[in-house]
Amino acid sequence: MKTDYQRPIDWRQGRVDLNHGAGGRAAAQLVDELFARAFDNEWLRQGDDGAALPAPPPGHRLVMATDGHVISPLFFPGGDIGGLAVHGTVNDVAMLGATPLYLAASFILEEGFALAELKTIVESMAAAAREAGVAIVTGDTKVVERGKGDGVFITTTGVGALPPGRAIGGANARPGDVVLLSGTIGEHGVAVLSQRESLEFETRIVSDTAALNGLVAAMLAAVPEGAVRTLRDPTRGGVATTLNEIARQSGVGLHLDEAAIPMQAQVAAACELLGLDPLYVANEGKLLAVAASEHAEALLAAMRAHPRGRDAAIIGRVVADERRFVQMTTRLGGRRIVDWLSGEQLPRIC
Amino acid sequence: MCLALPALVVERRDGDEALVELGGVRKSVSLALVPAAAVGDYVVVHVGFAIGLLDPEEAARTLALFAEAAEAAR
Amino acid sequence: MKYVDEFRDGDTARHLAERIAAEADPARRYAFMEFCGGHTHAIARYGVASLLPANVRMIHGPGCPVCVLPIGRVDQAIALALQHGAIVCTYGDTMRVPASGGLSLLKAKARGGDIRMVYSAADALKVARQNPAREVVFFAIGFETTTPPTALVLRQAAAEDLANFSVLCCHVLTPAAITHVLNSPEVAQWGTVPLDGFVGPAHVSIVIGSAPYEPFAAAYRKPVVIAGFEPLDMMQAILMLVRQVNDGRAEVENEFVRAVGREGNAAAIAAMAEVFEHRESFEWRGLGTVPDSALRLRPAYARFDAEQRFSLTYQPVPDHKRCECGAILRGVKTPSDCSLFGTVCTPDNPMGSCMVSSEGACAAHYAYGRFKDIPVVAA
Repeated sequence: MKTDYQRPIDWRQGRVDLNHGAGGRAAAQLVDELFARAFDNEWLRQGDDGAALPAPPPGHRLVMATDGHVISPLFFPGGDIGGLAVHGTVNDVAMLGATPLYLAASFILEEGFALAELKTIVESMAAAAREAGVAIVTGDTKVVERGKGDGVFITTTGVGALPPGRAIGGANARPGDVVLLSGTIGEHGVAVLSQRESLEFETRIVSDTAALNGLVAAMLAAVPEGAVRTLRDPTRGGVATTLNEIARQSGVGLHLDEAAIPMQAQVAAACELLGLDPLYVANEGKLLAVAASEHAEALLAAMRAHPRGRDAAIIGRVVADERRFVQMTTRLGGRRIVDWLSGEQLPRIC
Repeated sequence: MCLALPALVVERRDGDEALVELGGVRKSVSLALVPAAAVGDYVVVHVGFAIGLLDPEEAARTLALFAEAAEAAR
Repeated sequence: MKYVDEFRDGDTARHLAERIAAEADPARRYAFMEFCGGHTHAIARYGVASLLPANVRMIHGPGCPVCVLPIGRVDQAIALALQHGAIVCTYGDTMRVPASGGLSLLKAKARGGDIRMVYSAADALKVARQNPAREVVFFAIGFETTTPPTALVLRQAAAEDLANFSVLCCHVLTPAAITHVLNSPEVAQWGTVPLDGFVGPAHVSIVIGSAPYEPFAAAYRKPVVIAGFEPLDMMQAILMLVRQVNDGRAEVENEFVRAVGREGNAAAIAAMAEVFEHRESFEWRGLGTVPDSALRLRPAYARFDAEQRFSLTYQPVPDHKRCECGAILRGVKTPSDCSLFGTVCTPDNPMGSCMVSSEGACAAHYAYGRFKDIPVVAA
């Protein structure tokens, strides 16, 4: 595309200013030279306000999910807000058993935000989208005055195609089913927290942020339709909160085996130091699955064969319990309830 | 109350500061309250301060006591 | 994690549980109070209670500094932020403690108060150095473990002559609280002290030593076993208490010998003595006013005392009138005896001190223990 802007964007020293959101030349230049270039695809190239997309094959249903991303710091060990914004929404679509196809992205930029950082974030989004096999087909950019944002907020909306006859959801768990977890817990939450001033560690724990649609596809291909009842990614609130959601939606109880829940030693140690329960710490690249017990081993094998599920484990079972409690046999051999998270998890001293 | 954990002193730094390690995580803490602590010692860390030293021999004795209970239970 | 994982071993826990069951006299009941919230948390998190025989009951004591922090003190911290415009630094634990008018530090922050969570008292000092034009107050809570770090920070502030730093001192003392529990009128009202012994604090005892427990073990004829915060420490201590009760002994024993001596940490005790002195009385949430149970800054450190610097007065605020925390903290009632428990009063909307922190008796019972009130579902 031919550009007729007077001056090139200063990627080194430049900062977001109110013109970038005003819909004029500066805004168009930013869209052309940053977003359109990074996300490049046939729909964006058309340059319209929306994207006209091919419909999924007959019998398929559309799945749609949206997720706003606000995170501090914007850059954390193992990722940044850009990659996270793609992974979060791709995973939400994938957790219904759908194939994620397209994303829309909306940016709220704070006046004064460094263009160099924005570029890094946008390129990280583009890389995440390429890796997940989805196209970012439409978007929007707004600028708010300095002090009215936190650098950048990104909202992504995803669309995917759900094949006929597939019913995966939080309400489908049945007594006798097993609960599987795709890998080690707590890395994202600890990685972000450890970057905050005064909680700093000298060891790098890296966020697990990743797209899970590939893993889901491998899982669904390994077992008959219907064997996987529920898929969900334990993000905010962690594994404990997600399992309580499933128990409530399905009207069942869950019984976990603490010793079976995979965790990195460093994450365990960091949680001890901060007084956090890793069961409540956020993950961004893990999923929980509830599956029919007769297919559990095949499903586990398929998960372990995939790079995103190498440490997968069966961590518990679904039981009949009208109180919908999530219970756990502790590593010590005792029993306890794993309750909903109350409030935000804050580091404790006591 | 009083979340505190045993950590290994791996490096003394300026003044009372020291680097300690716990399960592969390293953190800077103050040894001002345990002036006798040296590299290789285990200290009990609370809110960024070591508040006590851990005696490895006594720890071994306590573990041996648990083992006795295990014997008696057999 | 060395010196942690060995003390959480499941097989050993089973053996210790078998020992406790074998040695506990089926003809009698044992009620032990774990004073510390750390023990309460360990019991809850590892399901220790479910490993004990039915006639050995653990009663959760008042040893959680967040739980016993009275509303009036949180109100003072909020006033410092909202009315005096100070930067208030505090540990994460206190952020959610309910205050007057539906506020908490977290909510006061949402109203524009500059309230910052710190991991260490030393970080509060850093904030003061970085903001020389602002008043910075450290809202200091905790027992004898958290007090020495505050003392060191105050010493440092004096050495640097930091003009904008002060401390709102809410540090409290363990032995005074245990004595108060044993002396309390509610206990007298019930005719007898329903406690057969105490699990003594782990980390507090590292600092103060085991000696301070000796007078009341003798005076009240109650066994005390100081125990580490790992679940096996806890179970070993319970076994030692059962043995003391069976033998008719009332001694101070130390299970946590790997970290606790008789005399405590001399450097920490000296730092506290230099900077702090006893308050004549202090209000504890759930326990009321307890004499000689808390610390304030010595006159030599008066300029760092936020209460004096900002001319704060203390205004006590009563808890919900049906709240049973006082009786629960003294071991005469259980959380399930309270009509507010789990209905009006929940961890998301705490009414009384025992529900405030995850270490409180009610919060721990709500989060981890409710299955004990209901039939256990086979796995």
